[in-house]
Amino acid sequence: MRVLQTKGEGLSKNTLYDKVWEKHIVGILPTGQTQIFVGRHLMHEVTSPQAFEMLRETKQKVKHPELTFATLDHVIPTKDVSRPFKDSEAELMTKTIEENVKEFGIEYFAPKSGKNGVCHVAFPEQGIIWPGQLVVCGDSHTCTYGAFGALAFGIGTTQVSHVLATQTMAMDKLKVKRVNFNGRLQNGTSAKDLALFLIKTLGVKGGVGFAFEFNGEAISNFSMEERMTLCNLAVECGARSGYVNPDETTFEYLKGKPKAPKEDFEKAVWYWKQMASGNDAEYDDVVELDASSIQPMITWGVNPEQAIPISEKTPSLENFIGKAKEELEDAFKYMGLTPNQSLEGLPVDVVFIGSCTNGRLSDLQQAAQILKGKKVKVKTLVVPGSEIVQKKAEELGLGKIFKDAGAEWRNPGCSLCLAMNPDRLEGTQRSASTSNRNFKGRQGSPTGRTHLMSPLTAAATAVEGKITDPRKFLK
Amino acid sequence: MESLKIQEKAIEKIVGKAIPKPSNDQNTDDIVPARYLKEITFAKMGNYAYFDERFKDGKEVKEHVFNQPAHKGAKVLIAGANYGCGSSREHAPQALKRFGIDAIIAESFAEIFAGNCASLGIVGVTVPAKEIAELAEIAELKPETIFEVDLSSKIVKAGDKTVGFEILEGRRQAFLNGTWDAMAILQHNQAGIQATAAKLPYLKLK
Repeated sequence: MRVLQTKGEGLSKNTLYDKVWEKHIVGILPTGQTQIFVGRHLMHEVTSPQAFEMLRETKQKVKHPELTFATLDHVIPTKDVSRPFKDSEAELMTKTIEENVKEFGIEYFAPKSGKNGVCHVAFPEQGIIWPGQLVVCGDSHTCTYGAFGALAFGIGTTQVSHVLATQTMAMDKLKVKRVNFNGRLQNGTSAKDLALFLIKTLGVKGGVGFAFEFNGEAISNFSMEERMTLCNLAVECGARSGYVNPDETTFEYLKGKPKAPKEDFEKAVWYWKQMASGNDAEYDDVVELDASSIQPMITWGVNPEQAIPISEKTPSLENFIGKAKEELEDAFKYMGLTPNQSLEGLPVDVVFIGSCTNGRLSDLQQAAQILKGKKVKVKTLVVPGSEIVQKKAEELGLGKIFKDAGAEWRNPGCSLCLAMNPDRLEGTQRSASTSNRNFKGRQGSPTGRTHLMSPLTAAATAVEGKITDPRKFLK
Repeated sequence: MESLKIQEKAIEKIVGKAIPKPSNDQNTDDIVPARYLKEITFAKMGNYAYFDERFKDGKEVKEHVFNQPAHKGAKVLIAGANYGCGSSREHAPQALKRFGIDAIIAESFAEIFAGNCASLGIVGVTVPAKEIAELAEIAELKPETIFEVDLSSKIVKAGDKTVGFEILEGRRQAFLNGTWDAMAILQHNQAGIQATAAKLPYLKLK
């Protein structure tokens, strides 16, 4: 399947994707690509400075600053947040975004404003993301907002400059793959396990050329936070976007949020309902998966497809030859593991609970459920996704549970997910992480080893100091 | 279209030596580790291309293809499937571009990366796995071979070897007429942008 060569002339009809795309079309460009209007443009400090510089060089303004929002998340320290930051590069990046938002009139969720946090946690909390919007951000995990029934895409910095200057960008339409999760998740499993199961099943290239539409009993029963975790990981499956049709759960979440519609709320709900895929919708592809059979999942290798149910062993190499075999051997070598090995009981050095995948309140509640009244055996970082999550967690006593367990209860930020801040692995440290990428070097050490898992599994692993099935603690 | 043609940016052909790096699923953290993103310009990114593979414990890894003298000055990169998966960081194609790479021949690309390459004027084309292996072998065994990635004919030439490639037609046109950085063509239709915004119901909701 040479997926990238799709011309985007998919077969899908009357899906949410088709309807929302249609509403945002400005025109067809001379190159054949579509010029698409952007309803929400979100930004952070890493991928925006060069785009603002380009605006200055060409003497342009931001076309729709009122549709643009910014936060600081990647470089912010989670321990000592006093300014200036000790890391002079982080301080310069922070000053740069502060100057840019001021000069161009963009609303900025500054640290200590009560609204700051990791972009994909903080923006939804403010009610900025609605069903039927077309949302972009210079960040691949922008697909998170699909949880609201928005079309949301990660873009590069040059495209950020296009959106700043014109509120539009050039894009090809994706195909739509409907993914049905039948049945409900079992106790001890979560949206993270479901997402890792999806990536293992379809592969890291399984979604290239597609947007996913997630359907089925498991998804209907998901909270907004669980939907965000699932949609966040669509890009790890190669899909640039993944969404859930808006329903009462969506509307309930948005009601009363600071930037959600107020006097027009009923009108908004009517419009949002119109945007959902019709009963007669047609898809380019349909996949059926059984949610009730999913076990707690854990990655063993160096990409999120290299995952197994926690009770199973790492794959055997017998069925692989050539390049595929070499790549698996390389992954085992990097991870310090062997084929046919059980991961349960494998000692870890660090546990990280947080990130745009699993740094929301319900994630911390799940971790606290296991950590309550116990002690962690290894260095454990619990990092709230935002100041709001932090505040609510403290009000609910979760912060105390984490501290009493001996974990480090930090301030919000991207933290150990990608180590652009002081939180990082050292040497060949092995980490149990609720983040989204187990790539080589991802957590800051070029030889660091990452196992992705759910907050439940990470918490159980922290208590035992070795990889542990969380169901042991959930009788 | 003719009115939008930007002659000085037009790209018809990339000609140069090639670096073989045909493994699958090479991600943007491989291409530029996140700790090198803490800069407000792309100016130094070329130094960081494949940094963690090219340097171990502060020493250059001599056998790495990006370090081998035989491949010095190469303009073409040969990669496997799903090249550039992972983060949206434009730092990754910026690093390759500043290292000297003007064209990438892969089995397939991750989408955000492919879009980023296009908007930087890096020509990304795809050929089937079998041909990737053959082209990589030529670059490995005869690194002095000059590769030609020709957008007019959609053909890669490497010595005697000729392979047809695929590329999105819109992208090919954008390279050929110099509109690969879409800024100018996006700015062209201001009335259309206003009209679309005016009929988007949600922009008016209070």
